Amino acid sequence: MPNLSIDGKQIEVPAGTTIIQAADKLGISIPRYCYHPALPVSGNCRICMVEVEKQPKLQIACYTPVADGMVVKTNSPKVLEVRKTVLEFLLVNHPVDCPVCDQAGECKLQDYYMEHGQYDSRLSDVKVKKEKKAFSIGPTVMLDQERCILCTRCVRFADNITKTSEFGVFSRGDHSQLDIYPGKQLDNAYSGNVVDICPVGALTDKDFRFKCRVWYLSQTKSVCPGCSMGCNITVEWDKMRPHVHKNARVMRLKPRLNQDVNQYWICDKGRYNYRFIDENRIQHPQFKDNLITWDEAVGVIARAIKPLQDSNQTNRIGVIASAQLTNEDLFAVRKFFKETLKGAQVDFRMPENPGDSDNFLIKADKNPNTAGALNILQADAQVEQIVQKAVKGEIDVLYVFGHDLVKIFSKETVAQIAKKVKLFVYQGSNINETCGYAHLNLPSSVYAEKEGTFTNCQQKVQRIWPAFLPLAEAKSDWQIISLLSAELGAPLAYHHAQEIFKDIAANLAPFSEMTYEKIADKGMVLKA
Amino acid sequence: MEKIVTRHFGQPNSHRLENYLKDNGYEAARKALTQMTPAAVIDEVKKSNLRGLGGAGFPTGTKWSFIPQANPKPKYLVINGDEGEPGTFKDKYILEQDPHALLEGIIITCYAIGSHKAYVYIRGEYLKSLQILQAAVDEAYKANYLGRGIMGTGFDIDVVVHPGAGAYICGEETALLESLEGKKGFPRLKPPFPAVVGLFGCPTVINNVETISCIAPIINKGADWYAKLGCEKNGGNRLFCISGHVVKPGIYELPNGITLREIIYDHAGGIPNGRKLKAVIPGGISAPILTPDQIDVKMDFDSLKAIGSMAGSGGIIVMDDTTDMVWAAMVAARFFAHESCGQCSPCREGSGWVYRNVKRIYQGQAKPHDLNNLPGIVNNIGGNTICAFGDAVSMSVGSYVTKFRSEFEAKIKGEYAESKH
Repeated sequence: MPNLSIDGKQIEVPAGTTIIQAADKLGISIPRYCYHPALPVSGNCRICMVEVEKQPKLQIACYTPVADGMVVKTNSPKVLEVRKTVLEFLLVNHPVDCPVCDQAGECKLQDYYMEHGQYDSRLSDVKVKKEKKAFSIGPTVMLDQERCILCTRCVRFADNITKTSEFGVFSRGDHSQLDIYPGKQLDNAYSGNVVDICPVGALTDKDFRFKCRVWYLSQTKSVCPGCSMGCNITVEWDKMRPHVHKNARVMRLKPRLNQDVNQYWICDKGRYNYRFIDENRIQHPQFKDNLITWDEAVGVIARAIKPLQDSNQTNRIGVIASAQLTNEDLFAVRKFFKETLKGAQVDFRMPENPGDSDNFLIKADKNPNTAGALNILQADAQVEQIVQKAVKGEIDVLYVFGHDLVKIFSKETVAQIAKKVKLFVYQGSNINETCGYAHLNLPSSVYAEKEGTFTNCQQKVQRIWPAFLPLAEAKSDWQIISLLSAELGAPLAYHHAQEIFKDIAANLAPFSEMTYEKIADKGMVLKA
Repeated sequence: MEKIVTRHFGQPNSHRLENYLKDNGYEAARKALTQMTPAAVIDEVKKSNLRGLGGAGFPTGTKWSFIPQANPKPKYLVINGDEGEPGTFKDKYILEQDPHALLEGIIITCYAIGSHKAYVYIRGEYLKSLQILQAAVDEAYKANYLGRGIMGTGFDIDVVVHPGAGAYICGEETALLESLEGKKGFPRLKPPFPAVVGLFGCPTVINNVETISCIAPIINKGADWYAKLGCEKNGGNRLFCISGHVVKPGIYELPNGITLREIIYDHAGGIPNGRKLKAVIPGGISAPILTPDQIDVKMDFDSLKAIGSMAGSGGIIVMDDTTDMVWAAMVAARFFAHESCGQCSPCREGSGWVYRNVKRIYQGQAKPHDLNNLPGIVNNIGGNTICAFGDAVSMSVGSYVTKFRSEFEAKIKGEYAESKH
């Protein structure tokens, strides 16, 4: 394997590695526009040029393979000078409209110019006028041709990743313009990713533009709950400016690199699936028409369950859990409903039609934790059977986690259930039609408000982190179950999701040896 | 003096097969295919010191020897007839006056490199040349000089004539390959070089029209004969295209090693109307401009390189003392700005910037810092781009500023009245 030196640091890398890859491994950051690790090399921006000993010309780090004994300098005077000149060239026809540009704050032109700028402008000519500014190229993305530096990342993304080839560079020389092909729209399932990879403000996200300056945003690592792929994401939120966007906290979701799961990408469905975090939430426990306290709420449930427990009729308790719950929530469900209340009818497998899917990131199973649920919650009955029993009045307490039964069964069925069962509990984060029929509604927190783990379709256990506190009185599902079990005199000894996970690892073989620390932000695969 | 490439020029129907056959036509191909091994052909071309006459001057035989014969992929020969360098018009005449000389060269070259398919990429504006060449190709197919088992030898060869669409950059060999593949003419990153990964990802030799037109005579008369015609390391003659302020502009086939002074004064009749020489571009617009004190330079690749210019495409543009050098620089800069492909940032943005800067100086609207900045801007393009186009902008425009700086300064001081141009 070639051994080379970059800025005096030695590194050994496999043959065929490029200088920029070797430098990245050493933590030496070489500026880049056109280079993207997941796309073919184009070599057009020229900002990554570095000095290679014994080579008369500077070499582009993104394309030049390493060689044994190579000596590379990434910050010699020659290199720093060429960065300045490349930036100057890139600004010759750039409008420098940063004050009104949504990319400001996360713009690589700004960032690199701060470090390597010429500062005293030598540009005095009128700029080449380009045709399209704030131009819609599809349902999700706006194009600004004059901000584009023609790095062709988006072109290569559409050619190589989605293979939809919407983009091209048209015309020649400094009249070159990025555009989509005539008659086409940027309308594919992954279109939002071009905004992420655009290093400047040429492609901006219709959903996000002008909503919030990026420097107000905080980032929290998470996992997309939209399907069983479990794409790694970052929840980007803003709590400092509640007057903007009606108290909404989450401003956008971004993909987070995980080479084994989603690489650099997420689908548009996942990207724009965040409004439920701040909108249409159940905020307080509610019994029939009255808002009540948590104490009162658990009291209501305990009073319904206690007689069944005392008379060995726990089989008259039906629980419809959910693969939307975390492993920790599901373990609490198991502990309380299957161990404390032995005999309760529990299942989570909703009879849903499979959703859309492709052979990339979009999976038909729209639940983030089916694999976890299958391992944690051995079902006692089928959801259909539990519902049938409820309709027939063979169940006294029906406890539903998050599902909109109206959508899956029917209004009539759910209305019948509400009549027949003694207590119909709906525990979930958002209001749906089923809430209207439930006797007791309990607010649970959404994924962005809690700590925990999901197990994706690759059997990979992945962590989510709380970005902010639960809205209003919402609580994590496991916390609600804890309150309930305490009320019934068999408290679960958990104060934190991590304690539950320790218990999972200690009790369930597939999870053995896993800890939050070991799972970290890349995940761990279940043992077979 | 013995003519090689232009030997049939001016003969009646010189473009017809009939005429070509009168002068031992296609006998060199027969000799190569029946009496020589491919390696022997390459050796002969190496010994002849034939160098690439498109402008880069790379030794032709050596280029052929880079083709990896063990590679199982098909090999291609591509003829670069995208003659776009301002001041250059030699390939046009070869294609129109003696297309069979090119075709015979193609047969021998394909045999040498193990190729059975050649593409001739012709500048889109050269419609007449294209028609004449296509007619010659049709004649050659009919007479079995092209096609299956040519001349009874069992060797197969197909020739495809392909018109370009008018982009100068498609004369850059890898941009040409992209264009030939149906893509936008953007030069490729190198390495790999076309000899290894060329057309459709296969090993490819790319040679200029004039270069390949020299092959048949070399095989016929031998490498030593050819090498002796030229100078050291640069065999044979070459076609010089002389334009501008000379009495007899045109194409001249002259031996490598002749001086620029001899070409201008002995062959092209000197400067008209008794005016004086002011400047001369020796090898197409990309070559740095020379001043009258430099014209004793020999016109071979190495001698011109030694004085900081280049032999390039052989396009000599002569300018007399009535020429406004700022205007000349502006015209060159305008050409580069117009023809930059726009792929990499220094050239895309820089070529236009340089043009606007020079134009402002020419129009008397510039300030001293515009002139002071110009050499720096120009230098920042050269050496930092994917292909040699950026170097051409840099060297060409830069040379006007360096050599005629006083004229640029005068424009800024307003001493020059508005120029007549």
